[in-house]
Amino acid sequence: MDRQITLQVDGAQTPLTVDTRTSLLDAMRERLGTTSAKKGCDHGQCGACTVLLDGRRVNSCLVLAVTAEGQEVTTSDGLAADGTPHALHEAFVDHDAYQCGYCTPGQITSAAGVLAEAAQGWPSAVTEDLVAGTTELTDAEIRERMSGNLCRCAAYANIVPAVADVATEQGVRA
Amino acid sequence: MREFRYEKATDPAGAVALLAGAPEGAYLGGGTNLVDLMRLGVATPDVLVDVRTLTSTEVEDLPDGGLRIGAAVPNADLAGERRVRERYPLLAQALLAGASGQLRNRATTGGNLLQRTRCTYFTDTSMPCNKREPGSGCGAVNGFHRNLAVLGATVEGADSPHTCIATHPSDMAVALRALDASVRVLGADGERTVPIGDLHRLPGDDPSRDTTLAHGELITGIDVPALPWATRSRYRKVRDRASYAFALVSVAAALDLDGSTVRDVRIALGGVAHVPWRATVAEDALRGGPATEAAFAAAAEAELAAARPLTDNAFKVPMVTNMITRTLVQLAEARA
Repeated sequence: MDRQITLQVDGAQTPLTVDTRTSLLDAMRERLGTTSAKKGCDHGQCGACTVLLDGRRVNSCLVLAVTAEGQEVTTSDGLAADGTPHALHEAFVDHDAYQCGYCTPGQITSAAGVLAEAAQGWPSAVTEDLVAGTTELTDAEIRERMSGNLCRCAAYANIVPAVADVATEQGVRA
Repeated sequence: MREFRYEKATDPAGAVALLAGAPEGAYLGGGTNLVDLMRLGVATPDVLVDVRTLTSTEVEDLPDGGLRIGAAVPNADLAGERRVRERYPLLAQALLAGASGQLRNRATTGGNLLQRTRCTYFTDTSMPCNKREPGSGCGAVNGFHRNLAVLGATVEGADSPHTCIATHPSDMAVALRALDASVRVLGADGERTVPIGDLHRLPGDDPSRDTTLAHGELITGIDVPALPWATRSRYRKVRDRASYAFALVSVAAALDLDGSTVRDVRIALGGVAHVPWRATVAEDALRGGPATEAAFAAAAEAELAAARPLTDNAFKVPMVTNMITRTLVQLAEARA
């Protein structure tokens, strides 16, 4: 059944009619031509489709497009909307934090979410002191917090230092 | 995926009214489980009533020192909530042990309680499954079941319409079971409160039903009573990989000591049953007795005496016995 919605992706508002079964991921890729977020598993298991929804990282394959009305969607492309690469883009290039690159936009948006969550003092499963309310993004913290993003090329060894560099810049890592 | 009508209500009562008129409809929370099940053809609602932000997104103080958690609070926010981390460490740890950062941002408190089993026969429509298709039998009992139940299951043979060895997948619910939380529910006849121990049900002779809720009843919130000694509590989870996997077994425990005597104790288990399993046999054995490793181990073994493991999940029995023992030893040492 069709429904009229307006999606706001990377700063652009687009009205469109979608079948209610359409995921946000498919609406972006197939209808808006915004192919930054990738389809890996389509089950919320791989993280390739990760976007920021009102600033929070989510799997866009599990979000129905009709529920995203009125929310701001940001893809990895949108993090460089003014043409200037985001610090995470630069760090991934500097550290060669990818091989095929298919998972990279999801890794980048997920890392942006990790940095924002750490800045709020949110703990993770490997945080020793739950009550402290401050978070130091150690390598172990980055690995745990990024566990929802799989990389079949196994570029993890370079992804961790790439995220760590930006964490240091942003003051959530010594 | 079956076609469906998408509906939004202006308040919880409106949502209840919408679903009361849709016998094949369902509520949509974060959708992290339901949308996937719809894509797999396991769930086939013809109407979705969006309640993701309809119930409360607040965590409020209760007069007794407990917390009232709105059903719409995302799992990530609940784990990040300072009062949860301070008062109920086991609850924060359980939430953080579940899923991924992306999923915790989207999944709701109410939806977490109602997520379906991850038994692979349930999620594969080409397989027999009494939960998904009542009367079709159980593929797991003679198949892949190393992740499935050892306590409270119904095992009558693969062709029986009753057989079900599914496990409840939630980490959060195990901690809430240990904390004696109560679930606030809104139905067509008004509000009621369900102790969390009465929310989920064993498969019995009807594996298709996970909970005691009637169609159209909406979880609006969860009350967690005060438990001052829960500041010394812990959630531990064993899984096949270090992160982002469901529990093989898990333990949520809190320990209250009077010197070297157990004044009170709470133990709940995940990954072992169709429900978050409260270890009352072990709790009763420990209360008033010595807080020693030997006593903890004996109590854990007494709890697991009721286990009826199958060929490939028998490892869970010693694993969870050791987990209970080790967790209590750690809590006792932390207390000293």
